[in-house]
Amino acid sequence: MSLIEAYFSEGCYIAAACLFMLSLKWLGSPKTARRANFISMLAMALAVAPSLLPVSKTHGGALVNNLVIILGGMALGTTIGLVSATRVKMTAMPQMVGLYNGFGGAASLIVAAVEFVHKRGELGAGEAVPIFLSVVIGGVCFTGSMAAFCKLQEWISGKPVLFAGQHIMNLVLLLGALGVAVGLCVVPAAGWSLWAFVGLVAIALLLGWLVVIPIGGADMPVVISLMNSYSGMAVTATGFVLRNNVLIVVGCLVGASGIILTRIMCRAMNRSLANVMFGGFGATVEAAGPAGARGPVKEAGVDEAAMVLSEAQSVIVIPGYGMAVAQAQHAVRELAALLEKKGATVRYAIHPVAGRMPGHMNVLLAEANVPYDRLFDLDQINEDFKTTDVALVVGANDVVNPAARADKSSPIYGMPILNADQARSCMVLKRSMNPGFAGIDNELFVAQNTMMVFGDAKATLSKMAAALKEA
Amino acid sequence: MSVWLLSGAGSAAGVAHWFLVFNVFVLAIVVGVELIGKVPPLLHTPLMSGSNAISGITLVGAILAAVYASWDAKGVLAFLGVTLATINVVGGYAVTDRMLRMFKKGKKEA
Repeated sequence: MSLIEAYFSEGCYIAAACLFMLSLKWLGSPKTARRANFISMLAMALAVAPSLLPVSKTHGGALVNNLVIILGGMALGTTIGLVSATRVKMTAMPQMVGLYNGFGGAASLIVAAVEFVHKRGELGAGEAVPIFLSVVIGGVCFTGSMAAFCKLQEWISGKPVLFAGQHIMNLVLLLGALGVAVGLCVVPAAGWSLWAFVGLVAIALLLGWLVVIPIGGADMPVVISLMNSYSGMAVTATGFVLRNNVLIVVGCLVGASGIILTRIMCRAMNRSLANVMFGGFGATVEAAGPAGARGPVKEAGVDEAAMVLSEAQSVIVIPGYGMAVAQAQHAVRELAALLEKKGATVRYAIHPVAGRMPGHMNVLLAEANVPYDRLFDLDQINEDFKTTDVALVVGANDVVNPAARADKSSPIYGMPILNADQARSCMVLKRSMNPGFAGIDNELFVAQNTMMVFGDAKATLSKMAAALKEA
Repeated sequence: MSVWLLSGAGSAAGVAHWFLVFNVFVLAIVVGVELIGKVPPLLHTPLMSGSNAISGITLVGAILAAVYASWDAKGVLAFLGVTLATINVVGGYAVTDRMLRMFKKGKKEA
C-alpha cells in the first residue's frame, strides 16, 4: 500500500467513525432521525470505499474475477435488499429486521472462514482467536436470527420448544466449539485442521438454532435485540482479524446498542436475561389458573362500547401484539379521529415490550399517521390512568395484567404494567377469553369496571367508528 | 511463543500497537453506550434496524476477502459474503428510512 493510499484509507475510516457516532446522536430525536440515517449511509460509503483500492492493482483474469465477485455480489445484494425492504409490510418488520441481521452475521462468519482458509499455514494465535470468535458469534447470530424469523413468520411454532437435556446439550456444544478452537490454535496447520474448522462452523450454526427455539414468541424483543448485539460483536471480531479499526469501532457501537436494548427489554419484563434465554417462559400453561382469578365477565356489544366512548372526555389506547396481528392500527386511528372530533383527548400508552421488537407499536401507529407526540412511555403516562375516562386495550394482555402488581405467586409478578385497571372504565378488545402468551389469567378482564368486546380488533374498531358516526 | 511473535505482540512496539487497538475498542464501547442510552423508546425500532444496517459494514471484510479469491471455493464464499452483507446494509437502511418517514409530529389534524 502506498503512503497516499494509507492516508486515504485512514482518513476515510476516521471520517466514517465520526459520522457513525453523529448519526447515533441524531437518532435521539424524531426531528433529526431521518437525517441520521442518511449520515449513516454516507459513513458506510466512506468505510467501504478504501477496501476497493486493492482491486485496482490486480490485472487481467484476476481483475475480472474480482470485479465479478465484488460488483456482482453488491448488485445482487442491493437488488434483494431494496426489493425486500420496499415490499415488506410494517407488521412483518420484526422478522425482516431479524433476517437482515442474520445475513450480517453470516457474512462475518464467511469473512472469517475465507481468512482461515487463506492463512491456514501461518496463523498465529493473535489472528486465530478473533477468527474463531467471528465464526462462532457470526454463526450463532445467523441461525439464531433465522430461528427468530421462522417463529415470527410462524413457519415454526412460536411456543417454546423444550426437550430434556437441552441446556446440557448446548453447554456440551459450546465446550466442543472451545475445544476445537483451542486445538486449532495449538496445531493450526495440521492436515485435519480444515475439517476441524468445518466442524466449528457446524457447531456454531447448530448452537444458534438451539439457543433460540426454546424462547417464546413474546420474548422475541429480547432475542432480536440480543442477535443485533451479536452481529455487532461479530463485526468487532472481524475487525480484529483484519486489523481494521473502523470495523472494531462500528462493531462496538452496534454491540452496545444491542446490549442496551436487550437490558431495557429485560427490565421491562422484570426478568433477567438468563431467565429469558433459559426459562422456557410460557411453555407451562396451567390450564386451570388460580380459582380467584375467574369471575363473571362483563361482555359488551359494539354499540354499548361506542356509547361509553362517545361520553368519554379522555381516552388512552393501549396497543399490543394483537393490534399488529389484526392489522388494526389504521382502524384505531380512525376511531381516535372521531373521538377527537367530539372533543375528547386521545393518547396512546406504549409498553416497552408490547409487540415483537423494541418500539414495534410506535412504528405501527406511525404508519397509521398517529403523530408521535401522542405516544407515551409507561413512566410518562401511568399516573394519568386515574384521571382517564376510558382505557381502550387493543390486543394487549400481559402488559395490563394487575397480577404483576399484586399477586406474588404470578409468574409475571414485578413486571411494570400499564395501570389500565385504574381508569374509570376499561374496554378490552380481544378475540376470545384465551389467556395471553404467558398463559396467565388476567384479573383485569373480570374487574368491575371492565367491559370485554370480543371479536377481531380491526372489525370491532370499524364497527365502533360506524356507530359513533351515527350517534 | 512463536504464535505471539507472529501476531506482533512480542515486541514493545507490538504491545503498544495492540493497546492502541484495545483503546479504540474500549472508547467505542463507552461512546456507544453514552449515545444509545439517550435514544427514546419511540425510536427503538429505527435504532435497532439502523444499527443493524451498520453491522453490515462487515462488507468491508467481504470485499477484502474477495480481493485474493478466484473462482474457487474461496471465491464462491466471498461472493456469498459480499451479497449477504450488501443485503444487510441496503435492506437495513431502506427499512429504517421507510419507518422514519412515517414519524410525524401532531397538531395539524387530518
